[in-house]
Amino acid sequence: MMTKTEIVRVGISDWNIVKGNATIRTAGLGSCVGIVLYDEFKKIAGMVHIMLPDSSLDRSARINHAKYADTGIYMLMELLKSEGGRPMSLKAKIAGGAQMFQYGSTDTLRIGPRNIEAVKQVLRRLAIPIIAEDTGGSKGRTIEFDPTTSMLSVRTVNSEPKEI
Amino acid sequence: MSAEIKITDLHLDVLKEIGNIGSAHAATSLSQLLNRKIDMYVPNVQLVTFDEMFDLAGGADETIVGIFLRIQGDVSGSMFFMLSIDCANHFINLLTGEESFDFHRMNVTDIGISSMQELGNILSGSYLSALSDFTGLKIHPTVPSLSVDMVGAIISFGLIEVSQYSDEVIVIDTEIREEGMKYSDSIKGNFFLLPDPHSYATIFQSLGVL
Repeated sequence: MMTKTEIVRVGISDWNIVKGNATIRTAGLGSCVGIVLYDEFKKIAGMVHIMLPDSSLDRSARINHAKYADTGIYMLMELLKSEGGRPMSLKAKIAGGAQMFQYGSTDTLRIGPRNIEAVKQVLRRLAIPIIAEDTGGSKGRTIEFDPTTSMLSVRTVNSEPKEI
Repeated sequence: MSAEIKITDLHLDVLKEIGNIGSAHAATSLSQLLNRKIDMYVPNVQLVTFDEMFDLAGGADETIVGIFLRIQGDVSGSMFFMLSIDCANHFINLLTGEESFDFHRMNVTDIGISSMQELGNILSGSYLSALSDFTGLKIHPTVPSLSVDMVGAIISFGLIEVSQYSDEVIVIDTEIREEGMKYSDSIKGNFFLLPDPHSYATIFQSLGVL
Protein backbone atom coordinates (compact mmCIF):
# COMPACT_ATOMS: atom_id res chain seq x y z
CA MET A 1 0.00 0.00 0.00
CA MET A 2 1.25 3.45 -0.86
CA THR A 3 1.65 5.84 1.99
CA LYS A 4 1.13 9.53 1.49
CA THR A 5 4.23 11.26 0.21
CA GLU A 6 5.82 13.56 2.68
CA ILE A 7 7.76 16.67 1.70
CA VAL A 8 10.86 17.49 3.71
CA ARG A 9 11.48 21.23 3.58
CA VAL A 10 14.90 22.81 3.53
CA GLY A 11 15.17 26.50 4.45
CA ILE A 12 17.85 28.98 3.46
CA SER A 13 21.27 28.03 4.89
CA ASP A 14 19.69 24.75 5.85
CA TRP A 15 20.03 21.08 4.97
CA ASN A 16 18.33 17.75 5.41
CA ILE A 17 18.12 14.23 4.02
CA VAL A 18 15.31 12.06 2.77
CA LYS A 19 14.80 8.35 2.11
CA GLY A 20 12.30 6.39 0.05
CA ASN A 21 8.76 7.63 -0.17
CA ALA A 22 9.28 11.31 0.53
CA THR A 23 10.59 14.24 -1.45
CA ILE A 24 12.89 17.04 -0.42
CA ARG A 25 12.25 20.64 -1.37
CA THR A 26 13.62 24.15 -1.09
CA ALA A 27 11.79 27.29 -2.18
CA GLY A 28 12.79 30.60 -3.69
CA LEU A 29 16.43 30.04 -4.66
CA GLY A 30 17.84 33.22 -6.13
CA SER A 31 21.60 33.68 -6.06
CA CYS A 32 21.70 30.77 -3.63
CA VAL A 33 22.37 27.27 -4.96
CA GLY A 34 20.47 24.14 -4.02
CA ILE A 35 22.64 21.04 -4.16
CA VAL A 36 21.18 17.54 -4.14
CA LEU A 37 23.44 14.57 -3.45
CA TYR A 38 21.90 11.15 -3.96
CA ASP A 39 22.54 7.44 -4.16
CA GLU A 40 20.01 6.22 -6.71
CA PHE A 41 20.13 2.56 -5.70
CA LYS A 42 19.85 3.18 -1.98
CA LYS A 43 17.08 5.75 -2.64
CA ILE A 44 18.62 8.21 -0.28
CA ALA A 45 19.17 11.90 -0.99
CA GLY A 46 20.24 15.04 0.80
CA MET A 47 19.84 18.71 -0.01
CA VAL A 48 21.69 21.80 1.13
CA HIS A 49 20.66 25.41 0.33
CA ILE A 50 23.86 27.44 0.34
CA MET A 51 24.06 31.26 0.28
CA LEU A 52 27.77 31.94 -0.08
CA PRO A 53 30.71 30.30 -1.87
CA ASP A 54 33.32 29.97 0.85
CA SER A 55 33.36 29.64 4.63
CA SER A 56 36.43 31.91 4.80
CA LEU A 57 33.91 34.76 4.34
CA ASP A 58 32.37 33.96 7.72
CA ARG A 59 32.70 36.61 10.41
CA SER A 60 30.17 35.27 12.89
CA ALA A 61 30.80 33.92 16.34
CA ARG A 62 29.61 30.45 15.39
CA ILE A 63 29.65 29.28 11.82
CA ASN A 64 26.58 27.76 10.20
CA HIS A 65 28.16 25.14 7.94
CA ALA A 66 25.08 24.82 5.74
CA LYS A 67 25.48 28.43 4.58
CA TYR A 68 28.65 27.84 2.56
CA ALA A 69 29.40 25.71 -0.51
CA ASP A 70 32.62 24.24 0.86
CA THR A 71 31.43 23.26 4.34
CA GLY A 72 27.79 22.54 3.40
CA ILE A 73 28.43 20.02 0.63
CA TYR A 74 31.10 18.22 2.61
CA MET A 75 28.86 17.97 5.66
CA LEU A 76 25.99 16.66 3.54
CA MET A 77 28.21 14.01 1.99
CA GLU A 78 29.34 12.82 5.42
CA LEU A 79 25.75 12.63 6.66
CA LEU A 80 24.66 10.62 3.61
CA LYS A 81 27.53 8.19 4.17
CA SER A 82 26.58 7.71 7.80
CA GLU A 83 22.96 7.08 6.75
CA GLY A 84 23.85 4.35 4.27
CA GLY A 85 24.69 6.24 1.08
CA ARG A 86 27.72 4.74 -0.66
CA PRO A 87 30.39 7.39 -1.23
CA MET A 88 31.45 6.07 -4.66
CA SER A 89 27.83 6.09 -5.86
CA LEU A 90 26.92 9.62 -4.88
CA LYS A 91 25.78 11.87 -7.68
CA ALA A 92 24.73 15.51 -7.72
CA LYS A 93 22.07 17.72 -9.24
CA ILE A 94 22.27 21.45 -8.73
CA ALA A 95 20.07 24.49 -9.37
CA GLY A 96 20.13 28.22 -8.63
CA GLY A 97 22.88 30.81 -8.80
CA ALA A 98 20.77 33.40 -10.60
CA GLN A 99 21.71 37.03 -10.94
CA MET A 100 18.49 38.52 -9.63
CA PHE A 101 19.38 42.15 -10.11
CA GLN A 102 21.58 43.85 -12.65
CA TYR A 103 24.26 45.49 -10.62
CA GLY A 104 27.80 44.53 -11.40
CA SER A 105 30.07 46.73 -9.32
CA THR A 106 31.20 44.57 -6.44
CA ASP A 107 31.87 40.91 -5.79
CA THR A 108 28.81 40.64 -3.60
CA LEU A 109 26.61 41.48 -6.51
CA ARG A 110 28.10 38.71 -8.63
CA ILE A 111 27.30 36.23 -5.91
CA GLY A 112 25.15 33.88 -8.06
CA PRO A 113 27.90 32.99 -10.56
CA ARG A 114 30.47 32.77 -7.76
CA ASN A 115 28.25 30.34 -5.89
CA ILE A 116 27.92 28.10 -8.96
CA GLU A 117 31.70 28.08 -9.53
CA ALA A 118 32.35 27.23 -5.90
CA VAL A 119 29.80 24.41 -5.86
CA LYS A 120 31.30 22.85 -8.99
CA GLN A 121 34.79 23.12 -7.60
CA VAL A 122 33.82 21.42 -4.33
CA LEU A 123 31.98 18.63 -6.14
CA ARG A 124 34.97 18.09 -8.41
CA ARG A 125 37.24 17.87 -5.40
CA LEU A 126 34.95 15.31 -3.77
CA ALA A 127 34.74 13.41 -7.10
CA ILE A 128 30.94 13.62 -7.16
CA PRO A 129 29.65 13.89 -10.76
CA ILE A 130 27.03 16.51 -11.65
CA ILE A 131 24.30 14.63 -13.52
CA ALA A 132 22.10 17.66 -14.22
CA GLU A 133 22.01 21.36 -13.51
CA ASP A 134 19.74 24.34 -14.01
CA THR A 135 21.87 27.30 -13.05
CA GLY A 136 22.44 30.95 -13.84
CA GLY A 137 19.98 33.25 -15.56
CA SER A 138 17.96 35.84 -13.69
CA LYS A 139 14.99 33.92 -12.30
CA GLY A 140 14.23 32.45 -8.92
CA ARG A 141 13.73 28.70 -8.62
CA THR A 142 11.90 26.27 -6.37
CA ILE A 143 13.26 22.74 -6.53
CA GLU A 144 12.04 19.35 -5.36
CA PHE A 145 13.89 16.06 -5.54
CA ASP A 146 12.34 12.62 -5.53
CA PRO A 147 14.81 9.95 -4.38
CA THR A 148 12.71 7.13 -5.89
CA THR A 149 13.06 8.52 -9.43
CA SER A 150 16.23 10.63 -8.95
CA MET A 151 14.42 13.46 -10.74
CA LEU A 152 14.76 17.09 -9.75
CA SER A 153 11.73 19.23 -10.51
CA VAL A 154 12.55 22.90 -11.11
CA ARG A 155 9.87 25.57 -11.06
CA THR A 156 10.33 29.19 -12.08
CA VAL A 157 7.80 32.03 -12.08
CA ASN A 158 5.50 32.09 -15.10
CA SER A 159 6.70 28.89 -16.68
CA GLU A 160 5.93 25.19 -16.53
CA PRO A 161 8.00 23.12 -14.10
CA LYS A 162 10.71 21.05 -15.74
CA GLU A 163 12.40 17.84 -14.64
CA ILE A 164 16.12 17.42 -14.83
CA MET B 1 23.66 40.16 15.81
CA SER B 2 26.73 42.22 15.12
CA ALA B 3 30.17 41.40 16.37
CA GLU B 4 30.76 44.96 17.54
CA ILE B 5 27.62 46.10 19.38
CA LYS B 6 25.01 44.52 21.51
CA ILE B 7 21.57 45.63 20.32
CA THR B 8 19.39 46.79 23.20
CA ASP B 9 15.71 47.73 23.41
CA LEU B 10 16.75 51.37 23.17
CA HIS B 11 18.49 50.65 19.89
CA LEU B 12 15.43 48.87 18.55
CA ASP B 13 13.30 51.88 19.51
CA VAL B 14 15.67 54.15 17.64
CA LEU B 15 15.46 51.93 14.56
CA LYS B 16 11.70 51.99 14.88
CA GLU B 17 11.72 55.77 14.93
CA ILE B 18 13.88 55.76 11.82
CA GLY B 19 11.32 53.54 10.12
CA ASN B 20 8.53 55.81 11.29
CA ILE B 21 10.06 58.93 9.88
CA GLY B 22 11.12 57.40 6.60
CA SER B 23 7.85 55.69 5.91
CA ALA B 24 5.74 58.70 6.94
CA HIS B 25 7.45 60.67 4.20
CA ALA B 26 7.03 57.87 1.71
CA ALA B 27 3.32 57.58 2.55
CA THR B 28 2.87 61.33 2.04
CA SER B 29 4.56 61.12 -1.36
CA LEU B 30 2.37 58.23 -2.33
CA SER B 31 -0.82 60.03 -1.19
CA GLN B 32 0.10 62.99 -3.36
CA LEU B 33 1.02 60.86 -6.32
CA LEU B 34 -2.21 58.88 -6.31
CA ASN B 35 -4.38 61.61 -4.86
CA ARG B 36 -5.78 59.38 -2.16
CA LYS B 37 -5.19 58.94 1.50
CA ILE B 38 -2.53 56.35 2.28
CA ASP B 39 -2.12 55.08 5.80
CA MET B 40 1.15 54.08 7.26
CA TYR B 41 1.39 51.45 9.94
CA VAL B 42 3.94 51.89 12.64
CA PRO B 43 6.96 49.87 11.75
CA ASN B 44 7.85 46.61 13.30
CA VAL B 45 11.44 46.23 14.17
CA GLN B 46 12.28 42.61 14.64
CA LEU B 47 15.24 40.34 14.83
CA VAL B 48 14.23 37.41 12.64
CA THR B 49 15.77 34.44 10.88
CA PHE B 50 16.05 34.63 7.11
CA ASP B 51 13.21 32.15 6.69
CA GLU B 52 11.02 34.20 9.04
CA MET B 53 11.76 37.26 6.95
CA PHE B 54 10.51 35.47 3.83
CA ASP B 55 7.36 34.62 5.77
CA LEU B 56 6.84 38.32 6.58
CA ALA B 57 6.70 38.95 2.84
CA GLY B 58 4.30 36.08 2.13
CA GLY B 59 6.55 32.99 2.04
CA ALA B 60 9.72 32.04 0.11
CA ASP B 61 7.75 30.63 -2.80
CA GLU B 62 5.22 33.42 -3.22
CA THR B 63 5.49 35.53 -6.37
CA ILE B 64 5.66 39.24 -5.63
CA VAL B 65 6.69 42.53 -7.16
CA GLY B 66 9.84 43.72 -5.47
CA ILE B 67 11.78 46.93 -5.84
CA PHE B 68 15.28 46.66 -4.52
CA LEU B 69 18.02 49.19 -4.00
CA ARG B 70 21.29 49.41 -2.17
CA ILE B 71 22.08 52.21 0.23
CA GLN B 72 25.59 53.62 0.13
CA GLY B 73 27.40 56.50 1.79
CA ASP B 74 27.98 56.85 5.52
CA VAL B 75 25.88 53.76 6.05
CA SER B 76 25.17 50.83 3.77
CA GLY B 77 22.34 48.41 3.52
CA SER B 78 19.52 47.07 1.40
CA MET B 79 16.04 48.36 0.95
CA PHE B 80 13.01 46.64 -0.49
CA PHE B 81 9.57 47.87 -1.38
CA MET B 82 7.38 44.84 -1.87
CA LEU B 83 3.88 44.53 -3.20
CA SER B 84 1.56 41.68 -3.97
CA ILE B 85 0.96 41.27 -7.69
CA ASP B 86 -2.65 42.40 -7.28
CA CYS B 87 -1.51 45.57 -5.54
CA ALA B 88 1.11 46.32 -8.16
CA ASN B 89 -1.49 45.88 -10.90
CA HIS B 90 -3.84 48.17 -9.00
CA PHE B 91 -1.10 50.80 -8.63
CA ILE B 92 -0.30 50.73 -12.30
CA ASN B 93 -3.99 51.02 -13.21
CA LEU B 94 -4.21 54.11 -11.02
CA LEU B 95 -1.03 55.63 -12.38
CA THR B 96 -1.41 54.92 -16.07
CA GLY B 97 -5.06 54.03 -16.64
CA GLU B 98 -3.94 50.74 -18.20
CA GLU B 99 -6.66 48.38 -17.06
CA SER B 100 -5.31 45.27 -18.74
CA PHE B 101 -1.86 45.48 -17.22
CA ASP B 102 -1.28 42.25 -15.35
CA PHE B 103 1.95 40.95 -13.83
CA HIS B 104 0.18 37.61 -13.26
CA ARG B 105 -0.06 36.88 -16.95
CA MET B 106 3.00 38.91 -17.79
CA ASN B 107 0.67 41.11 -19.79
CA VAL B 108 2.97 44.03 -19.19
CA THR B 109 3.86 47.19 -21.04
CA ASP B 110 6.95 49.37 -20.87
CA ILE B 111 4.94 52.29 -19.56
CA GLY B 112 3.52 50.14 -16.78
CA ILE B 113 6.93 48.80 -15.78
CA SER B 114 8.52 52.22 -15.84
CA SER B 115 5.73 53.74 -13.77
CA MET B 116 6.28 50.99 -11.20
CA GLN B 117 10.00 51.76 -11.19
CA GLU B 118 9.26 55.45 -10.84
CA LEU B 119 7.02 54.68 -7.91
CA GLY B 120 9.88 52.79 -6.32
CA ASN B 121 12.17 55.73 -6.98
CA ILE B 122 9.84 58.23 -5.38
CA LEU B 123 8.99 56.13 -2.34
CA SER B 124 12.50 55.00 -1.56
CA GLY B 125 13.87 58.47 -2.28
CA SER B 126 11.49 60.16 0.14
CA TYR B 127 12.06 57.45 2.73
CA LEU B 128 15.82 57.79 2.57
CA SER B 129 16.00 61.57 2.36
CA ALA B 130 13.92 61.78 5.55
CA LEU B 131 16.34 59.35 7.11
CA SER B 132 19.30 61.39 5.97
CA ASP B 133 17.81 64.62 7.38
CA PHE B 134 17.06 62.94 10.67
CA THR B 135 20.44 61.34 11.22
CA GLY B 136 22.64 63.88 9.47
CA LEU B 137 24.24 60.99 7.59
CA LYS B 138 24.98 60.93 3.89
CA ILE B 139 22.81 58.28 2.31
CA HIS B 140 22.84 57.61 -1.42
CA PRO B 141 20.42 55.14 -2.92
CA THR B 142 21.37 53.23 -6.07
CA VAL B 143 18.86 53.19 -8.92
CA PRO B 144 16.09 50.80 -7.88
CA SER B 145 15.63 47.53 -9.75
CA LEU B 146 12.31 45.88 -10.28
CA SER B 147 11.78 42.16 -10.16
CA VAL B 148 8.68 40.01 -10.33
CA ASP B 149 9.75 36.79 -8.76
CA MET B 150 9.74 34.57 -5.69
CA VAL B 151 10.08 36.25 -2.28
CA GLY B 152 13.05 34.10 -1.30
CA ALA B 153 14.91 34.79 -4.53
CA ILE B 154 14.41 38.55 -4.29
CA ILE B 155 15.10 39.07 -0.59
CA SER B 156 18.04 36.71 -0.27
CA PHE B 157 19.93 39.08 -2.55
CA GLY B 158 19.66 41.75 0.12
CA LEU B 159 20.85 39.33 2.81
CA ILE B 160 24.26 38.57 1.32
CA GLU B 161 26.12 41.15 3.42
CA VAL B 162 24.31 40.30 6.63
CA SER B 163 24.75 36.58 6.10
CA GLN B 164 28.50 36.78 6.59
CA TYR B 165 27.90 37.91 10.16
CA SER B 166 24.73 36.21 11.24
CA ASP B 167 21.79 33.94 10.48
CA GLU B 168 19.41 36.60 11.70
CA VAL B 169 18.60 40.08 10.50
CA ILE B 170 17.03 43.20 11.96
CA VAL B 171 14.11 44.10 9.74
CA ILE B 172 12.58 47.55 9.88
CA ASP B 173 9.22 46.72 8.38
CA THR B 174 6.53 49.27 7.55
CA GLU B 175 3.18 48.54 6.09
CA ILE B 176 1.38 51.09 3.98
CA ARG B 177 -2.27 50.82 3.08
CA GLU B 178 -4.97 52.77 1.32
CA GLU B 179 -7.31 54.31 3.85
CA GLY B 180 -10.84 53.00 4.17
CA MET B 181 -10.37 50.11 1.79
CA LYS B 182 -10.93 46.49 2.55
CA TYR B 183 -7.72 44.65 3.26
CA SER B 184 -8.05 42.52 0.16
CA ASP B 185 -8.42 45.25 -2.43
CA SER B 186 -6.48 48.03 -0.81
CA ILE B 187 -3.08 49.24 -1.74
CA LYS B 188 -0.80 47.42 0.57
CA GLY B 189 2.92 47.19 0.61
CA ASN B 190 5.89 46.64 2.86
CA PHE B 191 9.12 48.52 3.17
CA PHE B 192 12.02 46.49 4.45
CA LEU B 193 15.11 48.35 5.53
CA LEU B 194 18.12 46.13 6.24
CA PRO B 195 21.18 48.03 7.40
CA ASP B 196 24.45 46.12 6.93
CA PRO B 197 25.82 44.97 10.30
CA HIS B 198 28.78 47.36 10.33
CA SER B 199 26.40 50.33 9.83
CA TYR B 200 24.60 49.97 13.16
CA ALA B 201 27.38 51.67 15.08
CA THR B 202 27.28 54.64 12.66
CA ILE B 203 23.51 54.99 12.92
CA PHE B 204 23.46 54.79 16.72
CA GLN B 205 26.38 57.15 17.02
CA SER B 206 24.70 59.77 14.83
CA LEU B 207 21.68 59.68 17.14
CA GLY B 208 23.70 59.66 20.34
CA VAL B 209 22.65 56.25 21.60
CA LEU B 210 25.89 54.39 21.36
